[in-house]
Amino acid sequence: MSFPILTSLVALPIVGALLLLFVRGDEEQSAPIARGVALVVSTLVFVETLVLWNRFNPSSAEFQFVERHAWIPAFGIDYYVGVDGISLLLLVLTGFLTPLALLASWESVDKKTRTFCIFVLLLESAMIGVFVSLDLFLFYVFWDAMLVPMYFLIGVWGYDRRIYAAVKFILYTLGGSVLMLLAILGLAMLHYSSTGRYSFDLLSLYNLQVPLHLQFWFFLAFALAFAIKVPLFPFHTWLPDAHVEAPTAGSVILAGVLLKMGTYGLVRFAFPLFPEAAIWFAPKIAVLAVIGIIYGALVAMVQPDMKKLVAYSSVSHLGFVVLGIAAMNVQGMQGAVYQMLNHGVSTGGLFLIVGMLSDRRHTRQIAEYGGLKQVMPHLVAAFLIVTLSSIGLPGLNGFVGEFLILLGAFRADSTMAAVAATGVILSATYMLWMFQRVNYGPVTNDKNATLPDLQPREWAVIAPVIAIAVVMGVFPNLFLRPIEPSVARTLTRLQRGPTRVQADLRTGSQNESPDPRTPNSEPVVRHP
Amino acid sequence: MMQSFNAIVPMACVTAAGIAAMVAEAFRDPGERMPIGGLGIVGFIGAAIAAVFLWNHNASSFDVVSADNFGLFVTGILIVVGVLSIAVSGPTLDREHLPRGEYYALMLFGTAGMMLMATASDLLVIFLALEVLSLAVYVLTGIRRDSPQSTEAAFKYFLLGAFSSAFFLYGIAFTYGLTGSTRLDRIGSLMSAQAASPTAMQLLAVGLVIVGFAFKVAAVPFHMWTPDAYEGAPPAVTGFMSTGVKAAAFAAFVRVFLTAFEPLRGTWGDVIWVIAAATMIVGTVVGVAQSNVKRMLSYSSIAHGGYLLIALLAGNDLGKGAVLFYLLTYAITNIGAFGVIALLETGDRPGDRVSDYAGLWNDHPVLAALMTVFLLSLGGFPPMAGFIAKWYVFGAAVKAGYPGLAIIGVLTSVVSVFFYLRIVVMMYMTPSDEPRAVPAVPAVAGAALVASAALILYLGILPTRVLEWAASSVATIF
Repeated sequence: MSFPILTSLVALPIVGALLLLFVRGDEEQSAPIARGVALVVSTLVFVETLVLWNRFNPSSAEFQFVERHAWIPAFGIDYYVGVDGISLLLLVLTGFLTPLALLASWESVDKKTRTFCIFVLLLESAMIGVFVSLDLFLFYVFWDAMLVPMYFLIGVWGYDRRIYAAVKFILYTLGGSVLMLLAILGLAMLHYSSTGRYSFDLLSLYNLQVPLHLQFWFFLAFALAFAIKVPLFPFHTWLPDAHVEAPTAGSVILAGVLLKMGTYGLVRFAFPLFPEAAIWFAPKIAVLAVIGIIYGALVAMVQPDMKKLVAYSSVSHLGFVVLGIAAMNVQGMQGAVYQMLNHGVSTGGLFLIVGMLSDRRHTRQIAEYGGLKQVMPHLVAAFLIVTLSSIGLPGLNGFVGEFLILLGAFRADSTMAAVAATGVILSATYMLWMFQRVNYGPVTNDKNATLPDLQPREWAVIAPVIAIAVVMGVFPNLFLRPIEPSVARTLTRLQRGPTRVQADLRTGSQNESPDPRTPNSEPVVRHP
Repeated sequence: MMQSFNAIVPMACVTAAGIAAMVAEAFRDPGERMPIGGLGIVGFIGAAIAAVFLWNHNASSFDVVSADNFGLFVTGILIVVGVLSIAVSGPTLDREHLPRGEYYALMLFGTAGMMLMATASDLLVIFLALEVLSLAVYVLTGIRRDSPQSTEAAFKYFLLGAFSSAFFLYGIAFTYGLTGSTRLDRIGSLMSAQAASPTAMQLLAVGLVIVGFAFKVAAVPFHMWTPDAYEGAPPAVTGFMSTGVKAAAFAAFVRVFLTAFEPLRGTWGDVIWVIAAATMIVGTVVGVAQSNVKRMLSYSSIAHGGYLLIALLAGNDLGKGAVLFYLLTYAITNIGAFGVIALLETGDRPGDRVSDYAGLWNDHPVLAALMTVFLLSLGGFPPMAGFIAKWYVFGAAVKAGYPGLAIIGVLTSVVSVFFYLRIVVMMYMTPSDEPRAVPAVPAVAGAALVASAALILYLGILPTRVLEWAASSVATIF
């Protein structure tokens, strides 16, 4: 048996967290050790995700590095993990952002540092678990388990209204996901009634014939859970609170990875499991996405608080991702997956920068700043690049994703795409206006006059973000290539939805003819 | 069927330990310390060994006690309840100067009654067991004789409990009148002959028995005694009775309704549906408004009764197994939570308001972490056992075609997370006004709590073995 690389990815942060339990001593002694251990472990995880990417076969749409062990056999629950092109890069993103988040909190987190590091590592493990699970039960376990460390990160190390934000975060997300749990149970029971055994295996459930009326309800349950996580308008109200009150590390991980779980869930679970329902709901979801794009942008424009502005910009940007998914064509969905990565990098970067400013001045109000360019030229330069990448300037990462999404959306519904395109302009408006107010003009506030420029540690935080933003903008194919086959296969599943009934009538249900355009379209259930 | 004493060996061990505890107390010199709790533990170990030997043997004694696997599984739960309760009782006994011998003897006799209730296959024996365990618990509730609150709680509990026992007894009487038997299997076969058109008498019999059980499992609208009794009793006793009584009563509830009254499901199904929904909703919604941790956990325990009722109503293979697994995880978790409360109690400060938990993380990080594990498990977060238990219950409900109850169940469990988290918020995110000295944690109690937390994680991460035990326990009898 080959090396269980995915299991080791999930387990490594947990091992690190357990190691940290043995770090003793008061804050003075334990904090540096804890930070060091956590950073080393999370960097190892990142390296391992890179190894994974290196060994990943980008031309295959199959799940790779599959591991499968019986977990609760009586209910057909397996420990079943694997990655395809959609989840691979999200894993790399998770691995990339976690050490940066830790590094960014190096000085700003100065109480209970050991516990902070434990929670960040546990969170990383749960996030990786969500992306690699191919068993719905396992997926749900990670999905819910992730809430607890995030809750503590916001609630203990956050800003003033942290408790309100933490409780709101956990109740909103949990409220959305419990109904998904029932839908998952319903699927397993359907599998039982059609085959005589329970199964939570995603690939077997893809092939399950779900009656239309149940598809409708199940899709709603899944989509609600994911829509809250994304967050799709009008389920977004938890997000600004959570983002604003979370510590920098929390915001970076929240925006960078957690929000992607919503869109990932739509692509991986909600759409392909219930294709007929997805086709019926997609236009409605697209409308919500477009409302979110415009609404998020308009609200972002009037925010006096930088963190809140970036939070609302996330609502707008994630609207694009959902729009791309709802377009249900290759460009749209590929763009959506790519945009998930871009948003992780650029919004993660923005939160890192805002965190640096807030570490210096302990305020995030735009009005408190001004003229920073004369004081901190390096930081402002980094700020500029990250801002431009968030806006989607060609040559930086944001452009490719947005372009593909709009292309896909245009093919699906040109009006929708046209309205959404104004969101691009709006995003340039609010981001650049914020940038201008913070960085240009004279130094109006004396407190800003003596702020130090980027420290070496901060260079180490922001330089990788900028580098990756450029790479993703200039060489998008490096990233798009592994994504494409998996996206194509997901779409085949979706397109098979409406024709499935007729195909069954024609050929008998045991022998569906594969779609000629994508020869590898049939899902393959592997049994080791 | 073997006619022998085998089936009552587990409860006999516990009873013997109880008698030994009384005798030891009688011969104890004033001020002399005796490991009376240890006697209880020995009794439980004996019961556990007996239960292991009886497993899969379907032993029966006197035709009224049947130690089938279902009953033995519940006996196992009760052993866990008893051992953990004894382990966390020490500090309370020392501080309040309670008579150890009587306390432990009552706890042991109560547990023996619970074990009898879980294995009884005759309505009259169930009633007998119910009275044995109830009397012990009434006295335990009021064992702090100089505390008005405790006495009031015991009195309320006693009055209402006696009232409900009367209902239960009338139910038995009507059932006997209908069928000429109090044996569950015979009632079942006679009832099924008349099930097509239930008579008023049958409805009355079933209804009265439901009232009796609903009172003991604290189901709405018969839950009024619960918060007062749970708040007034010493926390260690509350942990004991909120889990032991519930486990025993549910075991008998399942046995009676899924064997004797199963043919009449058409008449009681809807009633239980409404009771389950009301129990979950009232338990969680009223729980949100509580500012006292013990009352909050009382309402939480009411709500958990609602989830168990879903499993009972589902009544399929999953449902029966779910009752057992849920009772086990709930027992470990709830005793753990009340154990923490018991350890935090000090002579001048009951320490049971939510605000008393402020800053516990700084004062005693281990207790705070343990409490968090218990609360998260009660709230149903993976990877704690509470999640698997809830998932099992909702799976049974979905399979049996009760999606409405399942939806109410998951939504109320989200609401319940709100009040469990209030304690977590206090412990971790709210600084305390003044630093306080947390009383020293005795080794035995600490070890019991750590073991509970470890069991919760074990059952949450590797539940397979216990799930299979639970499933095979119900397969053999129903």
